[in-house]
Amino acid sequence: MSTLTLEKQPPRRIPDKLSTPAGRILGSWEALLAAVAIAIFIANSFASPHFLDPWNLSDATYNFTEKAMIAFAMTLLIISGEIDLSVAAIIALASTAMGAAVQAGFQTPALVGIGLGVGLLCGAFNGFLVARIGLPSIVVTIGTMSLFRGIAQIALGDQAYGGYPANFAWFGQGYMADFSWWPTLPGFDVVTFEMVAFVMLALVFGVLLHWTAFGRRIYAIGNNAFAAQFSGIPVQRTKFMLFLLTGLMSGFAAVCLTSRLGSTRHTIAAGWELEVVTMAVLGGVSILGGSGTIPGVVLAAIVMGLVTFGLGLLNVPGIVMSIFIGLLLILVIALPIVIRRFRSKAII
Amino acid sequence: MSRILKYRELLLVGIIVVLVAIFSSRAPGFASPESLANIFNDTSILMILALGQMAVILTKSIDLSVAANLSFTGMAIAMMNAAYPQLPLPLLIVMAMGIGALLGAINGLMVWKIGIPSIVATLGTLTIYRGMAFVLSGGAWVNQTQMTATFLNTPRIVVLGLPLLGWAAILVIALIAIAFTRTVFGRALYAAGGNPTAALYAGIDVGRTRFFAFVLSGTLAGLCGYLWVSRYAVAYVDIAAGFELDTVAACVIGGISTLGGIGSVGGAVLGALFLGVIKNALPVINVSPFWQMAISGFVIIVAVLFNARQEKRKGRLILRDAAKSRPPLAEVPVEGAAA
Repeated sequence: MSTLTLEKQPPRRIPDKLSTPAGRILGSWEALLAAVAIAIFIANSFASPHFLDPWNLSDATYNFTEKAMIAFAMTLLIISGEIDLSVAAIIALASTAMGAAVQAGFQTPALVGIGLGVGLLCGAFNGFLVARIGLPSIVVTIGTMSLFRGIAQIALGDQAYGGYPANFAWFGQGYMADFSWWPTLPGFDVVTFEMVAFVMLALVFGVLLHWTAFGRRIYAIGNNAFAAQFSGIPVQRTKFMLFLLTGLMSGFAAVCLTSRLGSTRHTIAAGWELEVVTMAVLGGVSILGGSGTIPGVVLAAIVMGLVTFGLGLLNVPGIVMSIFIGLLLILVIALPIVIRRFRSKAII
Repeated sequence: MSRILKYRELLLVGIIVVLVAIFSSRAPGFASPESLANIFNDTSILMILALGQMAVILTKSIDLSVAANLSFTGMAIAMMNAAYPQLPLPLLIVMAMGIGALLGAINGLMVWKIGIPSIVATLGTLTIYRGMAFVLSGGAWVNQTQMTATFLNTPRIVVLGLPLLGWAAILVIALIAIAFTRTVFGRALYAAGGNPTAALYAGIDVGRTRFFAFVLSGTLAGLCGYLWVSRYAVAYVDIAAGFELDTVAACVIGGISTLGGIGSVGGAVLGALFLGVIKNALPVINVSPFWQMAISGFVIIVAVLFNARQEKRKGRLILRDAAKSRPPLAEVPVEGAAA
């Protein structure tokens, strides 16, 4: 059994008999994730008496909302067969640009514009190198990862930018109850801006991927870029737009994270690229491209948030948590491959 | 093909010579033999790691866990030395290489037996190995005072103007050069990455070759774990953080194709030396060391651009249909392959 025979297998198994819709949903990766999320939720509520406090849960969402925003765009990119390892470096650069703008006396609307703009520019740079010149995305984004964070490091050195305007803090720390039109029902007062942004972006990306021609093209490119090209799909332009989108979402995450932390150092968001990729892969996105869903990634984000929050309540240090994240990443990729091999052996 | 490769190495030698000349015009003494020996010595660890990385990249894979492997082995060996000072140094070095080989074998098994893409497998083990270094040490440092003098000073012994650390790098380069160009394993590495299908028909087990490439990379990372700890006389969890990117950068600069099958030992060594010269020159010409990360990122991108232009000349497909029936790889640009 060598890797060659693996590569030659058809990308999907075509079953002899179509299962019922209910059976398909129950047997799906998303259902498994939802079950895992519920199990972790219950385990957490037994493990710590403070877990079920609504304000605690509200705080817990910060563990995944910003990363999930990038993970949505990353999902589209990975489905198309590319990857962007520079997302965390884009956050660092965008955050540094916002910090520099604060020193120059810019106000909140301009800061947000700068954050998003830097994200877009970085995404365009990646997209240009990958889609336009045709370089492999893994190496290019390893290079830009070092370039973007390196520029942030040149600008900042060992210093930190701070002094963000008071109203800028709202993006990362604000609650929706600050608006007069927000319903004052019980439980609604703990809803943060980031939670709402997370839900809205999940909807937008879900519709974009699953209900538009653009989304269908992404799957087509990921499954067979040659066939997609011959079917009249602008493969390189679509990939360029996906890099732009990933850059934009990294810029938005930079706005939220900078606002939440209130300061910028060059190590901001260090290692996030790993967690974002893990989130997408845990959500059932094939790292080889061609398959994956947004609902899966939403559930994966919640699972990862619950795991880190639960371990945090149990006083597990961050670096030990990263062992769990690394194991999770390897396990969720290995499991489907191992299961598929067992199944195909059973058929033969 | 070999003409182009020679061209790449000559080009790198030329660039390095020009760089050294420019820097020595700004800072006299930069090009003195002692200073150059010092730069070579300082770059030794990067050169050794880059050669391990090269073996992996030749087989169309990537090992992002080398620095974490180095951190874990370095920590383990330093703690071993602190706890049992009577253990002889050669035994410790063999242990370091053994632990490194084991960690590399874990990567290799996942890629070979399960078929996990190498980038994901090693991205996962990157955090796991470094996390294990934390668990092992409890976050504590192993300081100079806790380690024995032999352990710390052996790589610093100067022989013929170069410390043993530099000689270790030369020895590894020589062994790897022989292994890659004169042995069955070396030819299998190139074949497995250059054309896996053809390699299979030639009787080469591609998966097993990848496995041994990962084991080699891990072994060298383990050796570097000892070298790093003794050089900086301290072991803590975050040593060599992000160093895996430098090893990839050295390979890419040296003309080793990330699509596999192309590259030479000389290229990887020169790529590492190029980074080493820049790193050592920045403080000499009064540029903040914070520039280094951005410069290596920029150089990686330029080098990838360069490599892509060279790889385009590789197109020697006899049948057009053969090009179309190739399995679509994410790394292959659509226009290039369809043309």
